[in-house]
Amino acid sequence: MASANNTDVNLESAMLLTEPALADWLVAAPLILGFLFGALCLMQRKNVIVQTRIALFGLLLMLIADIGLFINVWQNGTVVMTMGRWLPPFGITFAADMLGATFALVAGIVGLAGGIYALSDVDSTSRRYGFYPFLLLMLAGVTTAFLTGDIFNLYVWFEVLLISSFGLLVLGSERRQLDGAIKYAFLNLIATTLFLIGVAYMYGVFGTLNMADIARKAPALQDTGPHFTIAIMFLFAFGMKAAAFPLNAWLPASYHTPRIAVSAVFAGLLTKVGVYALLRIFLTLFPADRDELGGVIAVIAALTMLIGALGAIAQTDIRRVLGYLVISGIGLMLAGLGLGSEIGISGSVFYAAHSMIVMTALYLLAGIIGRLMGTFDLNKAGGLYQASPWLGGLCLILAFSVSGLPPFSGLWPKILLVKGSIDVGAWWLAAAIIVSGFLTTIAVVRMFLFAFWRSRPEGLVEIGPISREGRIKLYAALGLTALTVIAGVYPEPFIQVSDRVAFELTHPQTYIDAVFGEKQGGSGL
Amino acid sequence: MRTLIFRTVAPYFTSLMLIYSVFVLLRGHNEPGGGFIGGLIAASALAIYGIACGVSPVRRAIRFHPMAIAGFGLFMAAIAGIISLFVNVPFLTGLWIYPEIFGVELKLSTTLVFDIGVYLVVLGSITSTALALEERERD
Repeated sequence: MASANNTDVNLESAMLLTEPALADWLVAAPLILGFLFGALCLMQRKNVIVQTRIALFGLLLMLIADIGLFINVWQNGTVVMTMGRWLPPFGITFAADMLGATFALVAGIVGLAGGIYALSDVDSTSRRYGFYPFLLLMLAGVTTAFLTGDIFNLYVWFEVLLISSFGLLVLGSERRQLDGAIKYAFLNLIATTLFLIGVAYMYGVFGTLNMADIARKAPALQDTGPHFTIAIMFLFAFGMKAAAFPLNAWLPASYHTPRIAVSAVFAGLLTKVGVYALLRIFLTLFPADRDELGGVIAVIAALTMLIGALGAIAQTDIRRVLGYLVISGIGLMLAGLGLGSEIGISGSVFYAAHSMIVMTALYLLAGIIGRLMGTFDLNKAGGLYQASPWLGGLCLILAFSVSGLPPFSGLWPKILLVKGSIDVGAWWLAAAIIVSGFLTTIAVVRMFLFAFWRSRPEGLVEIGPISREGRIKLYAALGLTALTVIAGVYPEPFIQVSDRVAFELTHPQTYIDAVFGEKQGGSGL
Repeated sequence: MRTLIFRTVAPYFTSLMLIYSVFVLLRGHNEPGGGFIGGLIAASALAIYGIACGVSPVRRAIRFHPMAIAGFGLFMAAIAGIISLFVNVPFLTGLWIYPEIFGVELKLSTTLVFDIGVYLVVLGSITSTALALEERERD
């Protein structure tokens, strides 16, 4: 074959011939940075100190890229880049709308907090066995899942984040870790397989995997295509990923087994990818099927939040309490999807961001508490308030925040969701939100009372002060807590963001137009 | 598997397979082959050497830890995508250059860099697993 240059082909219909703006690269930046720094860490496996520095620098750069992307999307609308210069739908498109950019930003914050906390939580053996490479690759997987505009590519990132999370789960190779990892791996693989079958169906029906292209073609095939089958399949698969009732069993069985830094980033990131995928599929791709399934999703949401909160009350291990609270939060995020109104979706998105931050902070705090007391068992807890009143204050703030009490960030999304429910007359959903908030309050206040308020049970060792290394952990938790306080006291900008996300999600044409450029703009709807 | 015949043949076998793996890698752009299958062949070459002569000679021979090789492969693959940044085309666009060396036109591309990255990732990760399994048997 001679050089490809001299063949005379009109490239315009297949390839992008304009130069992408430099800012468009931000949409691929979390992926590139995660893989580059993950690879560098892997090469420096034995040199734990250098490896840690590289990893933290990488996490910081990823956060900066996420911030840049968020600002860019906020100012200029959806940012799109199609890999390999092909035009969509031929190439793999990355498209960051406000939903993706917001989730990516929060994921970056959670990842950095987890990485900082790990400085004093993860020993050098685990680091040699790849804690930081796994963390970077998982974060790259999660973030890119939020940003990709191709359904099969979404599957790929699910795999990347799952495999990295398997690695993180078994670091340490304790018996109960392996037990938790097997349950986690098996149930997640079932969900992933279903997802893949759904993708195959989708390709069979639409002949394309580009999400914007599917969204464009879906209305025309509404009466003839098996949309409902595909929608149910995705609901099942992502419901399982998100740990929605009745598919939530894997979460409390596995989240308390790994190191706290790992549990914390899991709680902050993994289930939310499932929620993100549900929002994307049902609002951008199949809005008509969401209208059909809205009631079912709302019932699932109500049951999930109640079961999660009740489960949290029944547990005595702090980490398991938090595991159930993660599930309860998933219910709230699904409630907005069930409602489908702009205000409901806005509440869901705000709640998701809030939950990512607060659940991570709570796990980090649980790690600090557990280290101080030498146990995670609430029956053997007590006397922490005397040892560290500040820690008690921190715990109380996070407890209020997670149960949605003022003046912290949990309050506002719940108000939006309750208002959205009452607007459409779904009083039972509003009641479920309020009752689950009440039950959550009982669960977390019980935790606070046992660990902090009551005096140290007889016969246990006294609690020492927080060590110097332990301070790093405290900083990570403090940073996240500061965010929930700011979002609680001054919610205006955060609600603005979630409102805009909701607007974009309820008007999928903006997403489609952004992916396909101005050429197809204004057609349809 | 410390039979005399196997131990004598294994080094030649390994070197042949390694050369063949590179051939498969380079052939891969237009014909069946490529980084993945090439990496598998190279990894099985090292595994055979490990079975015949023990794991530590293999570890000494490849100098770097297999996981570090995999890491370098991943790094190369990412770099192959980033080169597009400097030519103002989207991420992972295949870019070609045609230098003439000793009168022969060489077709070099970022796709090849990516494929070598894949080769190293597969080689590193499979070798790492294989060597760990072989080690366990003896210890």
